[in-house]
Amino acid sequence: MIARLLHGVPRHALLLLVLMLAVLIAAPLFAGDYLLTVLILILYFAYTGQAWNILMGFAGQLSLGHALYVGLGAYVTAALYVHFGIGPWVGMPAAIAISVACGASIGFLAFRFGVAGVYFSILTIAFAEFARIGFDHFAWVQGSSGLFLPVANYKANDIVNLRGQPVMFYYVILAMTVVAFVICHGLLRSRVGYFWQAIREDEFAARSLGIATFRYKMYAIIISSGMTAPAGVFYAFYYNNLFPEQTFFIVRSIEIILGPVIGGVGTLFGPVIGAFLLTGLSEGLQNLLTAYGVDAPGVTRLFYGFCLLLVVAILPNGIWPPFAKVLRLDRLHDKSET
Amino acid sequence: MADLLQVTNVSKNFSGLRAVADVSFSVPEGAIFAVIGPNGAGKTTLFNLIAGVFAPNSGGIQFRGDRIDRLAPDEVCRRGIGRTFQLVRPFLGLTVEDNVTIGALLHEPNPNAAMQRAHEILSQLGLFAKRRHLAATLTLPDRKRLEVARALATGPKLLLLDEVMAGLRPTEIDRIVEVVRKLNSDRGITVLLIEHVMRAVMSIASRVLVLHHGAAIAEGAPETVVRDPAVVRSYLGEEAL
Amino acid sequence: MPAEIYLNVAVSGLLTGLVYGLMALGLSVIFGIVRVVNFAHGEMMTIAMYIAVVLFASMHLDPLLMMLPIAAVLFGFGYLLQMTLINPFIARPEHSQFMLMVAVALIIVNGLLLIFGPDAKSVQTSYAFDSFAIGSLIVDATKLYAGLAAILVAAALFAFFRFAPLGKAIRACADNYTGALVVGLDVKRLYALSFGIGAACVGAAGAIIVLIIDVTPPLGPTYTLLAFVIVIVGGLGSMPGALLGGVLIGLTEALAGLFFTPSAKSMFAFGILVLVLLFRPEGIMGRRLA
Repeated sequence: MIARLLHGVPRHALLLLVLMLAVLIAAPLFAGDYLLTVLILILYFAYTGQAWNILMGFAGQLSLGHALYVGLGAYVTAALYVHFGIGPWVGMPAAIAISVACGASIGFLAFRFGVAGVYFSILTIAFAEFARIGFDHFAWVQGSSGLFLPVANYKANDIVNLRGQPVMFYYVILAMTVVAFVICHGLLRSRVGYFWQAIREDEFAARSLGIATFRYKMYAIIISSGMTAPAGVFYAFYYNNLFPEQTFFIVRSIEIILGPVIGGVGTLFGPVIGAFLLTGLSEGLQNLLTAYGVDAPGVTRLFYGFCLLLVVAILPNGIWPPFAKVLRLDRLHDKSET
Repeated sequence: MADLLQVTNVSKNFSGLRAVADVSFSVPEGAIFAVIGPNGAGKTTLFNLIAGVFAPNSGGIQFRGDRIDRLAPDEVCRRGIGRTFQLVRPFLGLTVEDNVTIGALLHEPNPNAAMQRAHEILSQLGLFAKRRHLAATLTLPDRKRLEVARALATGPKLLLLDEVMAGLRPTEIDRIVEVVRKLNSDRGITVLLIEHVMRAVMSIASRVLVLHHGAAIAEGAPETVVRDPAVVRSYLGEEAL
Repeated sequence: MPAEIYLNVAVSGLLTGLVYGLMALGLSVIFGIVRVVNFAHGEMMTIAMYIAVVLFASMHLDPLLMMLPIAAVLFGFGYLLQMTLINPFIARPEHSQFMLMVAVALIIVNGLLLIFGPDAKSVQTSYAFDSFAIGSLIVDATKLYAGLAAILVAAALFAFFRFAPLGKAIRACADNYTGALVVGLDVKRLYALSFGIGAACVGAAGAIIVLIIDVTPPLGPTYTLLAFVIVIVGGLGSMPGALLGGVLIGLTEALAGLFFTPSAKSMFAFGILVLVLLFRPEGIMGRRLA
């Protein structure tokens, strides 16, 4: 299977990837605590960006409510842990199942009834908002007062319960991001991936080629929502507190899409590059301001807004494609001999 | 020879406009059957009915003996009918080979094998050299050939070609005519084509159906149909007679 | 509960709904004519609200009196936005324009946060606590004035599109872009004008609604969503539909707040949205597109 995944990938691309991975694995050795938390944030957005990208970049359905799946993943595992002491890895299947059920419902409603384009996006926003308000009144998870995870001994690294030092969280999110990357790569060059691209390009023409578009769109939303849920699990156990207002809020959904949109929707590296650039630069900006004693709430998101504006206006396909041309990495999905 | 496609008393209305009016005809297996008629005669609507884009208001369509008139477009394709579009719709953001591979994936689940098949088809249609190009960079004649290649890749028994020669220069027309003729003779694919380019119709069609205002006004061998007074009247008006 | 309570709440909801309708009217103009998915619609309204707050705090100018100047400012904003940011990218795919407006929304929300901070700001006019008694009905003065102002502005807008040559030209663009070009209309300028008009509506709505609702930066996204819900429920491309949708949503919100907890009232708006999207996507008064 590894051979199949590697088949056709140019050697210099593989080398670059291995190099990058090596750097990331070794990072905790020479990165301070602060830099580590920034890297964790970057990888978190790279992960969620990948998961979202499957629905949009591959299948062409713009979801602006992905915070729903993050929130569900977070709340399900957090509640199981707080009420029953069930660890995050054990609770994750339940989180994924519930997330997928929601995604499938949204998908079924939308795709069966022909809700597409802008209307689909608004539908996804509506569902996320529905969850936000719903969870605000959900007493079992403390509603709007917030759900707090017991923060115990920080010295020991308990990977079973995801309690511990930032280093542990770093490796967990790094592993998740790598797995997501490999999955997306495999999907892109599979039959499903081809059909998704056809649907994205021209759904009507795709149908005339025998592609059961409803079924494949459902696969996209199921895989995308299922893959986003673990990010929520990570979120809950890393930050240890959940508020419906914050977790399901539309701004969260927009943060998820910023990485892929700026990096390059539909590409494999787009979400990763986007996450690195966006989070890296905004943290740098924050530090600059703090150094000058300027307290500016919202400046990070303001920065995101300008980045998004610039990218959409000037580089609508994202930053990655021109980058890839320079690095001769744009023919990553060659399956045929030259 | 058995009839591959049977259209029986098919009608289609759009909010009071009768696009197709009680049309009946049969396409024998292995034939090249042309549908001609002035603009607005209902030819593309007829294609859309066969391809499953709409369901007829009345009448039935049978393919290889089974009713297909209520089926969705993807199901129709899976049964063995491929089609092209009057205004070409290749997957512009994808490469030529990816376009055709997608078609081939219908019956060949392995992407590598599908791409091999795609390459074979592209070679036959003279597009192999451009296989890595983005479809968006192709000229119109190439885009038309790409669409034919893509539809071919789905392994159809019946190929619906909608004005595939429109906008092409005479040399290009001759080339495509050859391609269609070879598809029919070498691969045994039955072809149903909508065409305005009469010299193409005359040279390859074995049978011609003429539509006017949604109704069939003549059917038969090309030479006879072309001289039918009703046909001449529909194209050129009363004065022509 | 005595019947009067229901009636009072309903009337209150209706009046608030009229202002919602005015806001949605602006979106109907923008979405319906220029075909731009204005994801910054609610955010534009918060700009107007903040302007009203500042004018009131510094110079004690009643927002209702300032409604026209504020609308004019928003008109300019909308016109500029269309001219500089959107017109150049008209040919871009749909989701590109969408993202553009998402970016604008982000910038507005966080810009306002930076300038005004996260605390809620409000306008307390001298008549803020007055009310009128009509029989057994008790109506808030602010809501009554708000509703009336909304009706006035909406009527002016309808008259403009129906009778003014410019209004008709704009409707022509909406109906048939190429046809309008062929006839010699400067479509890009008309688009900018339309966006400006839509923004002016939202500006007027903001000036009016600040009497009823306190403003915080995150209010923007909430109202953007509400505007879309109203326009979709009322019917895309239908201006009376936008008003009707606004009233409907205002009513359901108010009544839902009565029967259930007030904070859950938006859930009903979403419930209606989902139902409409599934079963009558063209909305109550929309025209089915083919």
